[in-house]
Amino acid sequence: MRRLLWPAVVLLLLLALNVFFTPSFFSIQVRQGHLYGSLIDILRFGAPLILVSLGMTLVIATGGIDLSVGSVVAISGALACLQISQDAGVFTAVAAALGLCLLLGAWNGFLVAGVGIQPIIATLILMVGGRGLAQLITGGQIITVNSPAYKVIGGGYLLTVPFGILIVIAVLAVTAFLTRRLALGMLIESVGGNAEASRLAGIRARGIIIMVYAFAALCAGVAGLMISSNVSSADGNNAGLWIELDAILAVVIGGTSLSGGRFSLGGTVLGALIIQTLTTTIYSIGVPPETTLLFKALVVTAVCLIQSPSFREKLFRRRPAPPNPPIQTRIREEAGAAHGD
Amino acid sequence: MVTERVSAFTVGRVPAKYLPVLVTGCLFVAMFVVGGIRYEGFASGQVILNVFIDNAFLLVVAVGMTFVILTGGIDLSVGSVVALSTMISASLMAGPGWPPYLVIPLVLVIGSGLGLVMGYIVHAFDIQPFIVTLAGMFLARGLCYTIGTDSIPIEDPTFTAFAQTRIDLFADLWISPSVIVAVVVVLVAAYVLHYTRLGRSVYATGGSEQSALLMGLPVGRTKITVYTISGFCSALGGVLLSFYMLSGYGLHAVGMELDAIAAVVIGGTLLTGGSGFLFGTVLGVLVLGLIQTVISFEGTLSSWWTKIFIGMLLFVFILLQRLFSARSRR
Repeated sequence: MRRLLWPAVVLLLLLALNVFFTPSFFSIQVRQGHLYGSLIDILRFGAPLILVSLGMTLVIATGGIDLSVGSVVAISGALACLQISQDAGVFTAVAAALGLCLLLGAWNGFLVAGVGIQPIIATLILMVGGRGLAQLITGGQIITVNSPAYKVIGGGYLLTVPFGILIVIAVLAVTAFLTRRLALGMLIESVGGNAEASRLAGIRARGIIIMVYAFAALCAGVAGLMISSNVSSADGNNAGLWIELDAILAVVIGGTSLSGGRFSLGGTVLGALIIQTLTTTIYSIGVPPETTLLFKALVVTAVCLIQSPSFREKLFRRRPAPPNPPIQTRIREEAGAAHGD
Repeated sequence: MVTERVSAFTVGRVPAKYLPVLVTGCLFVAMFVVGGIRYEGFASGQVILNVFIDNAFLLVVAVGMTFVILTGGIDLSVGSVVALSTMISASLMAGPGWPPYLVIPLVLVIGSGLGLVMGYIVHAFDIQPFIVTLAGMFLARGLCYTIGTDSIPIEDPTFTAFAQTRIDLFADLWISPSVIVAVVVVLVAAYVLHYTRLGRSVYATGGSEQSALLMGLPVGRTKITVYTISGFCSALGGVLLSFYMLSGYGLHAVGMELDAIAAVVIGGTLLTGGSGFLFGTVLGVLVLGLIQTVISFEGTLSSWWTKIFIGMLLFVFILLQRLFSARSRR
């Protein structure tokens, strides 16, 4: 629980900052049977990011990373919109898009687990190539669709709650159940700790790695549907651009280490919410939009520094500085740590 | 570790460590020959020189990236630092009217400073390079937009003269001054990597950080230095880009970090660090440039095929590297 402390504090600070500038920030109303309010907006617009980050968390827990999710977001939206514009049913279109995403994710997983390529490069292939693929699907145009049924995914409401939020809650619940109530989460963590040792212990490391990449791509696919359905169009060039970076940030802010072996779904959700709240805050406190990125860079640096053990040690050292351990011990420790990889 | 493994394995007379570079070289020649057969006017020296002229800034940036990747790190901030450099030079010359001989050194210092800070954070606080340079990327891009959201034209006579100068070589061939800058950078970097202590420390750190530490090499200083070099190269790349574009704009060089990383990987450098050559990076940049040339000669192919081709090339090269290291392990 302590791991979630800092992200939670940062999120609360950001929210408090918002209340300071807009007193009505926390008010939630029901208008025309829909929930309205700044908090609802944060959840609604943050939904795609939360989804992508959830998938990313499991990938990072296995010691990997998935750079291709942004491209997958674009491909998924592009394929769905193309199908709908060619008079296919919404259900068929969504199924086709998600099917393709699963396939792309499995391809990533195959490259990592089957061929043994470093995750960062294996997914770089799809990140670069996938963007081209998305543009190939849309023919370089922005495909606009007019389908009320499709619009529901990203812009609709169910029982006064935005549909996107419900999707996120459902995916989060299923993921949390599968990983925390069943053994799957432990298997994923053990693969992240040491894939070879897990394999020797009888865990199907390959299968698990392929599965988490497929899951990440599926999450990205759903996020892509949400984004494109919200604006009723597909843009192969810009949809989901840089979402992989935001997702990785969300995961790291949430306390999941990039070296794998541990993960925290709650932390990731907090991380994603921090990033989305940051965007909202920037608008509500009147920071000029030009400096959005600057502000983001500062917050990200601050959060990462706070979480770095060596930074905390240097900053919050209470006692007078202990003498540096002899070089041999230090090296032995680091060599020991390297063995763990 | 990887270096030893790879070099233990040879194909014929060629040591395996040169193989990836050789493959890239063959690919480049093959692309050029096929292009020469398919398209009229393709097989001329000027086409290759044009690839250099159009990609001089990418070459400089990729050189810096090679240093970082050789130590096993990664620098995502290069594209934004390039944009920041164009923006700072353009705004300082347009607004207060600073002379270029003040602006260019200032830009280079700022770029190196950003790299230095990122390197220090990576080393001192043990945060992954990926995250630190990602924050650096946001910071530099954010600074661009803070300076201005519009494109600022550069009308300084020195810059325009630099942009328009053609240096004639023999037989109607010509290059731009940027190419000379890029070539000098490559030569200096190659010298540093192969004939200085710093260069050897870079390879040693990337090969195995623990071993390097045990050997008493200054691992921390090396890491900080490579990020500083990368920042310097990005700033210089930005100056070259502002010669090329004659404008400063926050949206210049979006995604350039990917091109630079792709060039380094296609050039045969392992992303785990410790193995690779600068010459490979040069070939990687040339291959990327030639893809664009081929697509423009083809005429009917749309621009997105560039990305698909680069993706496929990355795949093939990574697979090749994988095969080499797998065979050598036996």
